Amino acid sequence: MAEVRLGGVTKQFGAVRVIHGVDCTIADGEFVVILGPSGCGKSTLLRIIAGLEQQTSGQVFIGPRDVTLVEPKDRNIAMVFQNYALYPHLSVFENMAYGLKVRGTPRAEVDTRVRRAARTLELEALLDRRPRQLSGGQRQRVAMGRAIVRDPQVFLFDEPLSNLDAKLRVQMRVEIKRLHQSLRTTSVYVTHDQVEAMTLADRLIVMNAGRVEQIGTPLEVYTTPASTFVGGFIGSPPMNMLSGRLSASGDSVELGDTAVALAGAFPTHAGRPIVLGIRPEHMSIGGRSRLSASVELVEALGADTLVHATTGSAKDIVTLRLPGDARVDRGQRLAIDVAPANLHVFDRDSGQRLGR
Amino acid sequence: MRKRVIFNDKALPYLLLLPQVAITLIFFFWPAAQAVYFSTQIQDAFGLRSQFVWFENFGAILSDPNYLSSIRVTVVFSVSVTVLAIAPALLLSVMADKQIRGATTYKTLLIWPYAVAPAIAAVLWLFIFHPSVGLLGRFLVAIGVPWDYALNDAQALLLVVLASAWKQISYNFLFFLAGLQSIPRSVLEAAAIDGASQTRRFWTIVFPLLSPTTFFLLVVNLVYAFFDTFGTIHALTRGGPGTSTTTLIYRVYVDGRDNLNLGTSSAQSVVLMLFVIALTMIQFRYIERRVHY
Repeated sequence: MAEVRLGGVTKQFGAVRVIHGVDCTIADGEFVVILGPSGCGKSTLLRIIAGLEQQTSGQVFIGPRDVTLVEPKDRNIAMVFQNYALYPHLSVFENMAYGLKVRGTPRAEVDTRVRRAARTLELEALLDRRPRQLSGGQRQRVAMGRAIVRDPQVFLFDEPLSNLDAKLRVQMRVEIKRLHQSLRTTSVYVTHDQVEAMTLADRLIVMNAGRVEQIGTPLEVYTTPASTFVGGFIGSPPMNMLSGRLSASGDSVELGDTAVALAGAFPTHAGRPIVLGIRPEHMSIGGRSRLSASVELVEALGADTLVHATTGSAKDIVTLRLPGDARVDRGQRLAIDVAPANLHVFDRDSGQRLGR
Repeated sequence: MRKRVIFNDKALPYLLLLPQVAITLIFFFWPAAQAVYFSTQIQDAFGLRSQFVWFENFGAILSDPNYLSSIRVTVVFSVSVTVLAIAPALLLSVMADKQIRGATTYKTLLIWPYAVAPAIAAVLWLFIFHPSVGLLGRFLVAIGVPWDYALNDAQALLLVVLASAWKQISYNFLFFLAGLQSIPRSVLEAAAIDGASQTRRFWTIVFPLLSPTTFFLLVVNLVYAFFDTFGTIHALTRGGPGTSTTTLIYRVYVDGRDNLNLGTSSAQSVVLMLFVIALTMIQFRYIERRVHY
């Protein structure tokens, strides 16, 4: 086990720059999820840690060792691929034993370690089968088995669950979490699925367009998104974003002709254009309302009712998450109330969060 | 599942099959049947009279020392051609599969020899190896090597093997390249992370995954060496010196065309036919069992 440290890592494919300088430290034994939309560079970053891709500049450390120019095989890592990447002509046993055999492990030890890994992953009955005789979930477990038998310093996961159906995905997610809790091996996990990210991660690295937008625990990222991107990307339905302007005193937001009071003041940005972010679940109806909106669409999901409405002042579309028993009809005018503590203020030009 | 087509009229499906069946019957089955028929006949040189002799022709060829020597030549020739056509093609395709500058140009150039007609290919090799006009041939003679494929059995065989293998490399290259490209990159990356060196990855992962392709090419190349090398041999050595480059297919031609011995010539083609049928059957059975990973 070891910590993983990236220092100013960049990557260019020809003239296209896909990673713009990433710095981060992943602590020993930590489970870190890199989250971002397709094409944000998260897989490339993982492949740079693995050594499958050569970074254009910057350094990679695993433990105390600078592995920037070290071959993948000498980095003491294991990787689980999206399409499993099992060796199709080898049995499950041979698939798991390959890495050990290649490294010249004695036969008896190979056998013990493969069987132990197979027991952990409930693959004992399948050891003689070929990958094509396995279901998707079983293949995924073999891929994990191949990673754990070698007892590497770091596990790398490249969207390992995206080829599974929804039910299996939930099940495997729990298995990965349990595996990590028992092995405590430093893990880096790439995904675009925010539920996977929120449930698995000790810490999240949210990436967008080749840059790290925010690093923090899932809850930190959720409650205090560092930018409009993070606010909009994490949470479903996404955070409502309303364009407005800070008042001259900087302690309230003017949305068209309505003013919304803030919990704190931002005197340095007084009078500047901002974006006001409000989570759907933080909006309620009634009370001493500031925002008025008319209902466009109602989605009753049982536990919750999602209401899509157009605000009267700025003609923005907002989504509200109301309790399942809320009675709302199309065309109805709503008076929306938000607690000032649940408002997020972002600079409109940079998209960066203002305040804490 | 493919959609089932329902014909209301019984005649239409047969009518649609007719062209294919007609071509097969006229151009494949009829000549084959003729060969089988002639293999049981003895004819005079002008084809005026013929006599039914059961399997006498087969007995005759199998006790003919010339025929037995042709079998030996064919075995050496076809095994050498197959090995020399497959091994370099595999090497070249592994090289071409890497991400290198100008890969497309490289691939295109490697496919060209396949487009060269056998006789032209033979002439090209003549210009290299002819003892008095060939570049390499003259060089060999100049440094004192007694090089003359018109006199030396082994040299003649070497030359036809080289020329025949060279023509087939492009074909094998294409198949190997396609086979290599169908191996998922991530499988090789997984092996790299698992700690296997480049050479080890090739022999433990790439080569086994290419084995269906290799087996297919083995059969195709054997068939090629047996049947499609007539033009090259004819243009380079005409089966000589002596009978040192007379393969079975060349003997069929010599006995049939030059010696006008239609009976034994047909018997020889029937033997070749049986050989091809056997090869094809082995191949189909193998493909059904093993190809799909």
